[in-house]
Amino acid sequence: MLEIRNLHARVEGKEILKGVDLTIRDGEIHALMGTNGAGKSTLSNVIVGHPKYEVTEGSITFDGLDLLKMSPEERSHAGIFMSFQLPVEIPGVSMTNFMRAAVNARREALGEEPLKSTDFLRLMRDTQKLVDIDKRLVSRSVNEGFSGGEKKRNEIFQMAMLQPTFCILDETDSGLDVDALRVVAEGFNKLRNEKTSAMVITHYQRLLDYIRPDIVHVLLDGRIVKTAGPELAREIEERGFDWIRP
Amino acid sequence: MNTSQTYLDLYARYRDQLMSVAPDAMNACRDEAIRTFGHKGLPTLKVEEYKYTDTERAFGGDYHLSVATAKVTASDAPVVVNNDELLTRYYGSCVDMSDPIVALNTAFASECLCIHVGRNQHVERPLEITDVLRAQADTMEHKRILIVLDECASLTILMHYTAADQQHFLTTQVVEVVAGDGAHLDLYEIEETHSLCTRFNTVAVNVGRNATVRHNGITLWGGITRNTITVSLKGEMSEVTLNGCVMADKHQHVDTNTVIRHEVPRCTSHELYKYVVDEQATGAFAGKVYVAPGAQQTQSDEVNQNICIGSESHMYTQPMLEIYADDVKCSHGSTVGKLDETALFYMRQRGIPRPKARQLLIQAFIGQVVDYIPLQPLRERLHIMVERRLGGDLDTCAGCTLCK
Ligand SMILES: Nc1ncnc2c1ncn2[C@@H]1O[C@H](COP(=O)(O)OP(=O)(O)OP(=O)(O)O)[C@@H](O)[C@H]1O
Ligand SMILES: [Mg+2]
Repeated sequence: MLEIRNLHARVEGKEILKGVDLTIRDGEIHALMGTNGAGKSTLSNVIVGHPKYEVTEGSITFDGLDLLKMSPEERSHAGIFMSFQLPVEIPGVSMTNFMRAAVNARREALGEEPLKSTDFLRLMRDTQKLVDIDKRLVSRSVNEGFSGGEKKRNEIFQMAMLQPTFCILDETDSGLDVDALRVVAEGFNKLRNEKTSAMVITHYQRLLDYIRPDIVHVLLDGRIVKTAGPELAREIEERGFDWIRP
Repeated sequence: MNTSQTYLDLYARYRDQLMSVAPDAMNACRDEAIRTFGHKGLPTLKVEEYKYTDTERAFGGDYHLSVATAKVTASDAPVVVNNDELLTRYYGSCVDMSDPIVALNTAFASECLCIHVGRNQHVERPLEITDVLRAQADTMEHKRILIVLDECASLTILMHYTAADQQHFLTTQVVEVVAGDGAHLDLYEIEETHSLCTRFNTVAVNVGRNATVRHNGITLWGGITRNTITVSLKGEMSEVTLNGCVMADKHQHVDTNTVIRHEVPRCTSHELYKYVVDEQATGAFAGKVYVAPGAQQTQSDEVNQNICIGSESHMYTQPMLEIYADDVKCSHGSTVGKLDETALFYMRQRGIPRPKARQLLIQAFIGQVVDYIPLQPLRERLHIMVERRLGGDLDTCAGCTLCK
């Protein structure tokens, strides 16, 4: 369970989050919507511990752990995964080496032996099939020269490899064509179990047709101003945000 | 007493011994060389070519002179100590004998490792030379190597410099290379010594017509390292590639000075040097491309990319073009940057601890230089050596037989 209390955060000296309260229980999917620049990605980055974002007040706990005291890698080992709005290209670092380092670091943190090379490669192959990602992509450098959609697909591939318990999808649907959107969303649904929870950031209803949220929040100007059921997303699609503004 | 004088005195004491063990062709240059050194002295920081390395500090210290007498045991390799015929013909013909450090080396070198590949001969297997510094006291060595490839000969050499004892070592080395018409040479040099080692290495290459020369210098461990590489393109249609990568930390000092002289038309040269300097380390790169009057249709590209990690680390970079012909295509560029923080964070989000994430990024950066090595097994081995270096594994040195 993720619990955010009265969270205030700054980036480059500017206050972006101005008191966010949010509770996401195990197994729940929460959608987070809001205007451009409202602070959705900022909230995500704060949850995963991006060093550029400074928390000035409030708390975040995850399964009883004080997240704000933990490094980004420790948060990852605790089961938190973020699909980046803008996945990063890392020329010269192969997907294989990158995933091997990630998978084994997580295993080490959990007190498990590193995967044997053959087991690791089998895991790569199986996961590749599961999320239907081109194996040529997986044999290249991390995201290097990937199209926008390929990068998003790669995020889901990495999620599948790491099997997190809490996922943040930051506009994973943007840049995906209709078919890719379905594949990625179905991939995500396959990975879920009854404990997995998620915060899905999107501007569009169509992603939520596949990944059905239990609760929808609207974040405007650094605060959650409205929380309701899945019907809220449809209403926003029709009416925009103006009617919600306090 | 200044440091230069110590070497003059040392020469006076050892001259006879050196003369008695070394071949005539080497002895013929000796007195002249010490006069050059006496006249110029150790280059100060005011001398352009040496402005990044304090030679007074590097050559100071109380070293025992080792007068080497090596034996070569490999029977089928094209290597001998002191090939008189080769020495008479080529000794001192490639390198700038007026350089004070070269002069010092010429004065004290007692033998020359000679590698000769005859006309149309292709040495299939790469030749590997491992130099292991061993001594029970602080020691200096002055080494000399001569590599001659006759017309259309080809050879790949890996020279691996290591040190097995925890003493101060001062090494000067001069490698002269003659690449004849149509010859093909791949020369790799890897330094994995330690923080007490000072190495002044000069590689001077004369390239004939239609020849291909590739040099790749990889500096992983060392104290003070200076690599001077000069290439003179003397025949048309030749191609030379100088690559190098440096990983320096603690108080390491690594200075590379390259000069490529396009003396004739229609030659191509490429340069790529990458440095990663961390902690209190200093890196320097100065690369000059000279295009002589009339050397038309020269093509040259030079790139020096560096990453400075530690706030106390320093990097100096100085690419230079000196062009006296009008129909040429030359480019040069250099960058000094930091590790990509966005990429670091992306990796950490995936659970990769920061030190490991750094290592992967550095390896990717440096690895590009290793990727250019065409020979796959060698390339893989060098990748492993770089990886070990980044893992901080000082106890074993990946390649040499001593550690296996
Ligand atoms: N690293 C940063 N440096 C400077 N400003 C930032 C940074 N990250 C976010 N901001 C600023 O914070 C505000 C909120 O940005 P954020 O990315 O959180 O918005 P968002 O809700 O995700 O918007 P979108 O829907 O466009 O993705 C914006 O004004 C943005 O310019
Ligand atoms: Mg955003």
